Amino acid sequence: MATEEQLFALDEGVPANPVEELLRMDRIPHIWCPGCGIGTTVNCFVRALQTSGTDLTKVAVVSGIGCTGRVAGYINLDSFHTTHGRAIPFATGLKLANPELKVIVYSGDGDLTAIGGNHFIHAARRNMDLTVILVNNMIYGMTGGQVAPTTPLTATASTMPHGNYEQTFNLPFLAESCGAVYVARWTAYHVRHLTKSIKEAMAKKGFSFIEILAPCPTLYSRRNKLGDGLEQMVYFKDYSEIRHGADTKSVALDFQGKIVVGKFVDKERPTYQQAMYDHFAKKLGDRYVPSEEMRKVFHGPDGN
Amino acid sequence: MATAEPIGVLTGAHFVDGDHACSEGAIAAGCRFVAGYPITPSTEVVERVAERFPFVGGVFVQMEDEIASSIAIQGAVWAGKKAMTVTSGPGFSLMMEHIGLAAMTEAPCVFVDVQRAGPSTGLPTMPAQGDMMQARWGSHGDYGIIALSPNSPQECFDLTIKAFNLSEQYRVPVLFMMDECVGHMIERVVIPAAEDIDIVERRTFTGPKEEYRPFQPDADLVPKMVKAGEGYHLHVTGLTHDEKGYPNMTVGTQARLVRRLVDKIRVNADAIVDYREEGVEDADVVVVTYGISSRTAIPAIEQARKEGLKIGHLRLVVVWPFPEKRIRELASRVKAFVVPELNFGQIALEVERCAGGEARVECVPHAGGTVHNPRDIYQSIRNCAKGS
Repeated sequence: MATEEQLFALDEGVPANPVEELLRMDRIPHIWCPGCGIGTTVNCFVRALQTSGTDLTKVAVVSGIGCTGRVAGYINLDSFHTTHGRAIPFATGLKLANPELKVIVYSGDGDLTAIGGNHFIHAARRNMDLTVILVNNMIYGMTGGQVAPTTPLTATASTMPHGNYEQTFNLPFLAESCGAVYVARWTAYHVRHLTKSIKEAMAKKGFSFIEILAPCPTLYSRRNKLGDGLEQMVYFKDYSEIRHGADTKSVALDFQGKIVVGKFVDKERPTYQQAMYDHFAKKLGDRYVPSEEMRKVFHGPDGN
Repeated sequence: MATAEPIGVLTGAHFVDGDHACSEGAIAAGCRFVAGYPITPSTEVVERVAERFPFVGGVFVQMEDEIASSIAIQGAVWAGKKAMTVTSGPGFSLMMEHIGLAAMTEAPCVFVDVQRAGPSTGLPTMPAQGDMMQARWGSHGDYGIIALSPNSPQECFDLTIKAFNLSEQYRVPVLFMMDECVGHMIERVVIPAAEDIDIVERRTFTGPKEEYRPFQPDADLVPKMVKAGEGYHLHVTGLTHDEKGYPNMTVGTQARLVRRLVDKIRVNADAIVDYREEGVEDADVVVVTYGISSRTAIPAIEQARKEGLKIGHLRLVVVWPFPEKRIRELASRVKAFVVPELNFGQIALEVERCAGGEARVECVPHAGGTVHNPRDIYQSIRNCAKGS
């Protein structure tokens, strides 16, 4: 067994953490609590980026506000920390102005589905070419554990001190019914599945959506007497069931109940911008003057 | 200075309303991204943009609401576009948070507000000038902005170009404060040749990545920009940030950043303010106007002059920053200012502040829905001139 001295010896020969190149190490330590699941999802995201073959100068990460909203600030790529709930419309403008960019929206459940819910459904409807990574910790973390659209029935929150009586969003069902072309759910426990799923979602043209359940030990688990982050990970491990292709109607979550994970939707539909380009090319012919960036990405009237 | 791209410029004489002229001004200015949401009386601006953009390399998107529109344009700005959103009263209220974001992140963009009578839904199809203070102070916190007020379709064209140029020069949101009358008034609009339209291009940084500090200002307090996708690994946040763009929530960083956001307009105010004067040299009373009220004031001023009264007219073209110095100078030698506006005294308060008790300030208020009856303005001018 190694001595304490050996364990803590600084060895110049030890390579840096392989994900460091894509993190803003000058901003570490991060703000997340011990046992929080957001950092794990960032690790999966960075590894997905590293192995995806994507041109990283063309990747932009857009976040809203909240604990997960801080992800953009730690990713060493073009990154935008916008206003509460509005990451998706900001990302929409970025993508429409330059379709060469691979735009990832990375934010929390409250941000994307409460205050930002309107933008979420319309971006899915339009099939805007964005990858939306939603970390669902079932609570508003940063503001102190208030009830979210994702808080399970009966769970306690600071604004539901007697237990939650509001119906809960089934997010994969919401995304699918609005038109998302890729819908998956994983937990912070499923690091390999999640990494693979993020790669798939990024490769997909159109509105791709991944919900990731993550522990919030400070404001969700503790208030609900569910132990620490590790115990919540054990719950994710024991209660998750992988069911690819599951009917999203059947994957609603309840308090500490079964969690159906997997890839639920993977289909094709023209993206907003492809549809715009094709439509104008057909309707206006030679008179259509696409932007320089659009011309580069969409080659012909049929996009091939 | 650069000049306009010919593809967007419809050189010649046109007979169009202010809303359409505003669209053409934006296109001539190089705007190639517009996001909007339908609202009367501004909708014609985006309708024309939607019609024209496929022919000039622009992208228009009708978003799900004004909140989305006002931030979609900022995404487009960071992708390198000149961008604009267009709305009216209630939509303008919804956009306030993103005026603050644009000010905080120094995203150059243009917000058009074709003012209608409020509060709330008010009179959707009828004019007012009730959003002038909202334009200045509507988002929370302290920041500087620029606001312009056209009084004709020709100015809707000319000043929209100026709005874009100012937004690029100072990296601020510029608020283009039209009103329903000017928006729907049809007049002759002359669009010059592209090479006669001066354009301010974005101030960009092209040096090495290691040297780039996204919020390190030049001598005029304005930093240089890059766009997403160039490899600079830019970070932009609405949080209080340091020169690198990183969140830094300390009292010192807050003081440094916010002072600069305020000062870049304050310090450069002399270069930004723009007003037209007529007959103020020997005036006893100066009528201060903007937008449509500048036109309803003319018969009143003429009538008073016929009676031998010495009346000057100062029309604000740039409303914010306010021409404080000029009003102060005039206050020391005129008897009074008369301020007709389609609200209950917004710019009048500003005139009063600058006059500092040296001259009387009389507002001619109006709740909106129509324009002033020139008689009311005349009456006020007369009272002030005769000291009653």
